[in-house]
Amino acid sequence: MAKVRGAIVVDQERCKGCGICVVACPTGVIQLAKQVNGKGYNYAVMDKPEACIGCANCGQVCPDSVISVYRVKI
Amino acid sequence: MADIDIKDIIKEENLIYTKPKVITDTVMHYCPGCSHGVAHKLVAEVIDDMDIQDKTIGISPVGCSVLAYNYLDIDWQQAAHGRAPALATAAKRLMPNHYVFTYQGDGDLASIGAAEILHACNRGENITVIFINNAIYGMTGGQMAPTTLVGMKTATSPYGRSTELNGYPLKITELIAQLPGVAYVTRQSVHTPAAVRKTKKAIRKGFENQDKKIGTSFIEIVSTCSSGWKLSPVKSNEWMEEHMFKFYPLGDLKDSEKESEESYKKYIE
Ligand SMILES: Cc1ncc(C[n+]2csc(CCOP(=O)(O)OP(=O)(O)O)c2C)c(N)n1
Ligand code: SF4
Ligand code: SF4
Ligand code: SF4
Ligand SMILES: [Mg+2]
Repeated sequence: MAKVRGAIVVDQERCKGCGICVVACPTGVIQLAKQVNGKGYNYAVMDKPEACIGCANCGQVCPDSVISVYRVKI
Repeated sequence: MADIDIKDIIKEENLIYTKPKVITDTVMHYCPGCSHGVAHKLVAEVIDDMDIQDKTIGISPVGCSVLAYNYLDIDWQQAAHGRAPALATAAKRLMPNHYVFTYQGDGDLASIGAAEILHACNRGENITVIFINNAIYGMTGGQMAPTTLVGMKTATSPYGRSTELNGYPLKITELIAQLPGVAYVTRQSVHTPAAVRKTKKAIRKGFENQDKKIGTSFIEIVSTCSSGWKLSPVKSNEWMEEHMFKFYPLGDLKDSEKESEESYKKYIE
């Protein structure tokens, strides 16, 4: 059966660490980093990259449009 | 699960979602998690999808979104407080083949601009209105708005809004839905992926209605203001679901077209 894998790229310097993408992800991929960016925000990172299905939920809810989503069938 | 490497997924040809073209590279000044950012993005996506970047005119308000013209790469005018519908009326009448929308907060639209929006909708101007209702004056530091819920604490209602002192929260969208000039009135939100997709459809419909010249399209987006509400962005979304949606229920209020002149002429015949 064809499987879908996804990945996201967050523009970390522009992320404001709001956490809205974290709760929007159905598979718990995203967490806020312990480190902060130049503006002092705990930016979003892929914590469990292998769980990403490329559904783009995170990108759609991000107020700052800083998430790009990639998807492949394998 | 070493079946595929992340770097083999992150390739140009696999890109399925990214910032819309119409959104500029300027960092938005909005607070973390502010609904304004999502609402801007959805308007931008609709403009991208309809390929109307050079034919779209936005009218920005006074309020946190006063600087919207920095974030969407289209033509803009910035209106005096509450007067966006008047500028939109002029722009649309002078350039009827352009897509004209106002983008207004609840203080701007439902308070100082209440007369302006009611008359524009009553005239059935062929414009689209994006109404961001976060139940507060975000920009000026979280004062009570006409849409503030009873009991809700703000800078100017520190013990909670009281009907005795402050009157009742104004359901302006319900008022507007009764006007014969409006074609489409809906109330949506942008707090979940499903809500975002619905709101995008609503905005698209609002823009397409301008082609049909069937009257005003009015899209309320029930929104958060985490700074004004003094909650985290995620908690603000929860508070909105729990309290705002009860008073401001989501869904369509009108979906047809403005009323015919005939149905009004009969009174003097
Ligand atoms: C004529 C005039 N009166 C008052 C103000 C002060 N003022 C600036 S923004 C604002 C209200 C903004 O609230 P809203 O429209 O809800 O926008 P938000 O910031 O919440 O998005 C007010 C009263 C002003 N700028 N001009
Ligand atoms: S939604 Fe966007 S801005 Fe907010 S934490 Fe996620 S990536 Fe950052
Ligand atoms: S694309 Fe979907 S699965 Fe992947 S991180 Fe975003 S929300 Fe989670
Ligand atoms: S004050 Fe409120 S409405 Fe204004 S940017 Fe901050 S969260 Fe958004
Ligand atoms: Mg407001």
